[in-house]
Amino acid sequence: MSVKTLEIDGKMVTGMAGETIFSVAWEHGIHIPRLCHIGGISDVGACRLCMVEVEGQRKLQAACLTQIEEGMVVRTDTPRLKAHRKLIVELLMAERNHICAVCVANGACELQELARSMGIDHVRLRYRFPVFPVDTSNERFGMDHNRCVLCTRCVRVCDEVEGAHTWDVFGRGAGSRIISDLGEPWGASESCTGCGKCVQVCPTGALFDKGKTVAEMRKDRGFLKYIVTAREKKQWIG
Amino acid sequence: MPERIVIQPVTRIEGHAKISIYLDDDGAVSSAQFHVTEFRGFEKLCEGRPFHEMPGLMSRVCGICPVSHILASSKACDNLLGVEVPRTAVQQRRMVNLAQLVQSHALSFFHLSAPDLLLGMDAPPEKRNVFGLVERDAEFARRGIRLRQFGQRIIELVGGKRIHPSWGAPGGVLRAIGEAERDEIRGWIPEALESAEIAIGRLKGVLDSMAIEIEHLGNFPTLFLGLVSPEGGLEYYDGVIRIVDGEGNAVAEGLDPQRYLTYLGEASEEWSFMKFPYYKPLGYPGGKYRVGPLARMNVARFAGTPRADREMHEFKQRSQGAVCESFHYHLARLIEILHAIERIEEITQDPDLLGSNIRARAGQNRNEGIGCSEAPRGTLFHHYQVDDNGLVRSANLLIATSQNNLAMNLAVEQAARYFVSGRSLQEGMLNRVEAAIRCFDPCLSCSTHALGQMPLVVELRDAGGALLDRARRG
Ligand code: SF4
Ligand code: SF4
Ligand code: FES
Repeated sequence: MSVKTLEIDGKMVTGMAGETIFSVAWEHGIHIPRLCHIGGISDVGACRLCMVEVEGQRKLQAACLTQIEEGMVVRTDTPRLKAHRKLIVELLMAERNHICAVCVANGACELQELARSMGIDHVRLRYRFPVFPVDTSNERFGMDHNRCVLCTRCVRVCDEVEGAHTWDVFGRGAGSRIISDLGEPWGASESCTGCGKCVQVCPTGALFDKGKTVAEMRKDRGFLKYIVTAREKKQWIG
Repeated sequence: MPERIVIQPVTRIEGHAKISIYLDDDGAVSSAQFHVTEFRGFEKLCEGRPFHEMPGLMSRVCGICPVSHILASSKACDNLLGVEVPRTAVQQRRMVNLAQLVQSHALSFFHLSAPDLLLGMDAPPEKRNVFGLVERDAEFARRGIRLRQFGQRIIELVGGKRIHPSWGAPGGVLRAIGEAERDEIRGWIPEALESAEIAIGRLKGVLDSMAIEIEHLGNFPTLFLGLVSPEGGLEYYDGVIRIVDGEGNAVAEGLDPQRYLTYLGEASEEWSFMKFPYYKPLGYPGGKYRVGPLARMNVARFAGTPRADREMHEFKQRSQGAVCESFHYHLARLIEILHAIERIEEITQDPDLLGSNIRARAGQNRNEGIGCSEAPRGTLFHHYQVDDNGLVRSANLLIATSQNNLAMNLAVEQAARYFVSGRSLQEGMLNRVEAAIRCFDPCLSCSTHALGQMPLVVELRDAGGALLDRARRG
């Protein structure tokens, strides 16, 4: 496999052909914000938080989907990108009912942490306050659509790692919703194995352990790397 | 045509509460109403949420007494799980509830009421606040501030946060505490006890000069309701409901808080968002009752701690039957502070406080849960109905301030009749109407008049609605 050299934020870096800008940047300590990407499963480019500027290209590129090329010049942190990212986070907050103070994930939520790191102390857009249900029909877990950012991490981990493909996306636009099986309550799903992988990878308070109170939900993602390494390299190391 | 005087607090949240005083054709006060025009609809927000979130969600009802809501809510959730809460968690909850009482009462007394009481109701308004108090007696004011800090510090040490701790949970609490926390709390006790006793002495010393206010700011017989221990002593966390009448006779003993709907009703009036609870057997509005510090002094037979027992014994001598003067809410509040500090000290001596078994785990076992505890302002009920998946179907909160609603209205009317006269408005007269409300320390305005003065707009209109006089403060 060939090695490629490129420039990210003024730094010369190298990566293997086929690697994405996102992963090469992270390997070199340049932490591009992300929400839908999580190592170990495929990328879909749903959130657009990882957008970067590539010299010679008019459009912004999603770093998690764009492969590196020899001689590329990439910028990840320009004022324009910062403004876009900030707006995306605000749009996500305003689209559903994000009230961190009373959320199970308060203090351990990737969306909240993004907002914090961008200095978002209020949302400039009007909240839409949609009416979304909470599905607590599963014995051990709950799904709160009010906190879902439609990143589809749950859909992918369930399909690609667990192999159950319980989750999918239903509807269009802001009205889209994650559904289990063909729209049955989670508790009635025949495909769900109850493994809880979706709960752990979910970046927000949308998927949670039932019985958790405000600010009590904490997620553990270590399993993903363990399973993927075991599967790909036949090495069982934590 | 009758005239109407409106006293409207201009708060950060417009339309919070106001007082209307109705004059008859001769210009005398015919009646008065205390309206709450703000509607927060917390009950509505809870619908459809998992019940496990309720303690955290409910803590947001109020920035002054979040702990009270966390507790009543956690207890309602314990009920939904159908579990027995481990002793360590119970002791933590008890302690934090008492700390909440100390901090809330200290705020009410030192910051809001002491300027009126110790500087005089007719002192100039720019002096009649906590800064005026500092000027007059810095050491006393400092003690008040420290007493409040003592309460807040316990909440912070045990709950992890001073204002909205996410600490209470269904089945127990979220974190254990250690020796360091306990020892710090112990260290505060001697000073706190001393401050409480000094404050009691100071207040008792000025009561004689307040005879007119005591007589006319909400002095009438009503029922009194509150929790007591099975033996009949002061109790804030658990226990049974006892109700006494104005003569101090027991009207009901040993009522189960779980069955509150069988003996408490809630009436509504179109002019106020606040409900009007009443004791069902006596009907509406005959079954009006008061809750809170004064009520607890009247329903409990003893305090159960030595210093507070001495004061409570003396307090009860102030009247033949129950103490009916709402003005004595102030003294009752101070005695409660003293009692709470003594109890906190007792709890710090219990080795179980430091245990690690802090939460009972269980799935949902019931569809209905009721939690009841004593908040600083009175008995608080949380009542949830949940579906089989643990989502809240309906929530009903019976809060202390609304239980005092009927009595507050009567108190305002009584004060207005005595102190308001003529067609112009005077500072001292409005003060006293406001002071009638302040006896009850209603929670709806406390966060906005932290300088010891309710911002007021007072309008006096003639029969045709034209403005005769207007006064504005704050
Ligand atoms: S999911 Fe995250 S951002 Fe949304 S309310 Fe919960 S903590 Fe806040
Ligand atoms: S439930 Fe969680 S993981 Fe699934 S799409 Fe929504 S936010 Fe993403
Ligand atoms: S992380 Fe690249 S689009 Fe979401």
